[in-house]
Amino acid sequence: MSEADLGGGEGLSRRNLLRTGAVAAGGIAIGVGAREAVAAGTTPDAGVPATVPFHGRHQAGVATPPQAYAVFVAYDLRAGVDREALIRLMRIWTDDIARLVDGRPGLADTEPELAQMPARLTVTLGLGPGVFDATGMAHQKPTWLKPLPSFGIDRLEKAWSGGDLLLQICADEEMTVSHALRLLTKDARTFVTVRWVQRGFRHSAAAAGTGASMRNLMGQVDGTRNLDTAAESSLFWIGDRSREWFGAQPDWITGGTSQVVRRIAMHLDTWDELDRTGREQAIGRRLHNGAPLTGSHENDEPDLEALNDLGLEVIEPFAHIRRARSDDPRQRFLRRPYNYDEPPPAGQLSSSGLIFATYQADIDHQYVPIQRRLDELDLLNTWTTPIGSAVFAIPPGCRKGEYLAQSLLA
Amino acid sequence: MTTSITTRPATRRLGIRRTKTMATALVAVVAAVTLTACGGSDAAPATQASTVTIENPWVKEADSGMTAAFGTLRNASDHQAVIVSATSSSTSSMELHEMATNDEGEMVMRPMKGGFVIPAGGTHKLDPGSDHLMFMDVTTPIKAGDTVTVTLTFADKSTMKFTAPARTFSGAKENYEGHDDMDGHDHMDMDDMGHE
Repeated sequence: MSEADLGGGEGLSRRNLLRTGAVAAGGIAIGVGAREAVAAGTTPDAGVPATVPFHGRHQAGVATPPQAYAVFVAYDLRAGVDREALIRLMRIWTDDIARLVDGRPGLADTEPELAQMPARLTVTLGLGPGVFDATGMAHQKPTWLKPLPSFGIDRLEKAWSGGDLLLQICADEEMTVSHALRLLTKDARTFVTVRWVQRGFRHSAAAAGTGASMRNLMGQVDGTRNLDTAAESSLFWIGDRSREWFGAQPDWITGGTSQVVRRIAMHLDTWDELDRTGREQAIGRRLHNGAPLTGSHENDEPDLEALNDLGLEVIEPFAHIRRARSDDPRQRFLRRPYNYDEPPPAGQLSSSGLIFATYQADIDHQYVPIQRRLDELDLLNTWTTPIGSAVFAIPPGCRKGEYLAQSLLA
Repeated sequence: MTTSITTRPATRRLGIRRTKTMATALVAVVAAVTLTACGGSDAAPATQASTVTIENPWVKEADSGMTAAFGTLRNASDHQAVIVSATSSSTSSMELHEMATNDEGEMVMRPMKGGFVIPAGGTHKLDPGSDHLMFMDVTTPIKAGDTVTVTLTFADKSTMKFTAPARTFSGAKENYEGHDDMDGHDHMDMDDMGHE
């Protein structure tokens, strides 16, 4: 199926509006959220749509413009949870999510008032490798659904790695995220245990406007040259085109994607030793607006061949943007990162970094080659260390009356 | 906020009147409905079941013993509707319960005299810590994510069926007034008391 058949106006209008840039939040409301916001009885405030539809061909929370707050929670299945039990859990979560994103409480919600402000809430379900083994469906596991190869730069901690199930919960209101996490976790407690929780944040739309790339806690503009979520959707939504490019995938995941969640610690205390010139050289971009060192605007194409007066590359051989680029235009993926800033261990000043969430049609063909390049050489590795890593299959979205992952479990 | 009340040893003396009270109530309700029906409308009135719906029904997960179902009953007609009994294939019997203060000053659940009255054009909420549909003895485990079917019978003998998804739930541990099987359960969570 070609992308053109798939979704009608949603992607096109979002793409066009995002491209024109000026329309920002109001544009998204016209394209996607306005009708649903009205239906839910909520009033979009300051042009920011209050609700993101749950039902559809794809799960929300991937191509959705990133909300200000996120929590990523990984669960492990309890012993004895089989396919039948997993279906029951999926029915519960599907019902809970459909209500919550609409501003309605869950069925057994003991704090129903906390559900009243959806704030563009999305909840995205991921399936880890263990689900397929526990439920006797190993033959349905995509080939890329396995721990990433180990990289030299990795110092992975179990506390942030792996997991049988993932919920990615995002909203523009932190209370909303917290309430959704609580309800979804307690409704699942006879099926799963919590493995890890990672909380993240970005600029809020209220403060920064939507559509802009975020900044990370190193001060860099983060997210430039991201995929166009409409025009380049075949690089993350799995379908005929991605199969043609990357090879066969199980039928059930059509309309789904894959997700990598890496926790990247930033060593801000040593980063502080670097002056602005050094910081810009490490990345290959200017700090004040994210423009490449060979350009003047964030979206200017970097000139990797440009030389300075001394005949040396303007964008250094070790610069992050040079290393993160591949000659293969399909070795790209959708990035949706969030910052984290947690209490530091004793004797340290901070514990900060990035929850690096990416979506791609095929982890092995798109994500891993880039990660290998960065592992081999990237000056930024001096100040960053991957401390967590997890991979998930993101099932397609569901229609009314269906439950999440039904194409796999039914 | 959750209020937790630890009760004194449960009194037994009120429970014995249960069955008789229900039977009396049923007679009273039927009489009332009959009187209302004599009011002079030409068209045959719609059955009570046909004008009542339930919103957001759910049932508390239980392997055995007692559990309860909740939801909001809505009556679209301009006559009150009265639910007098309920059944489900998941339990040997069901009762319509209310929460009330007994002679000892304790909150207990007990059969609702007169059944659940849903006012004309109005609603009647069934919530933990409040009125609920009580499963007296679960015969087939009700697992979270499953659904159970409940049949409600109205004062005019019409019936309505609905399905309720099961959820794991910590609350709704109400004392059953005078019930002999509840030894050791003299503690109750009243999560939703006082809401409305």
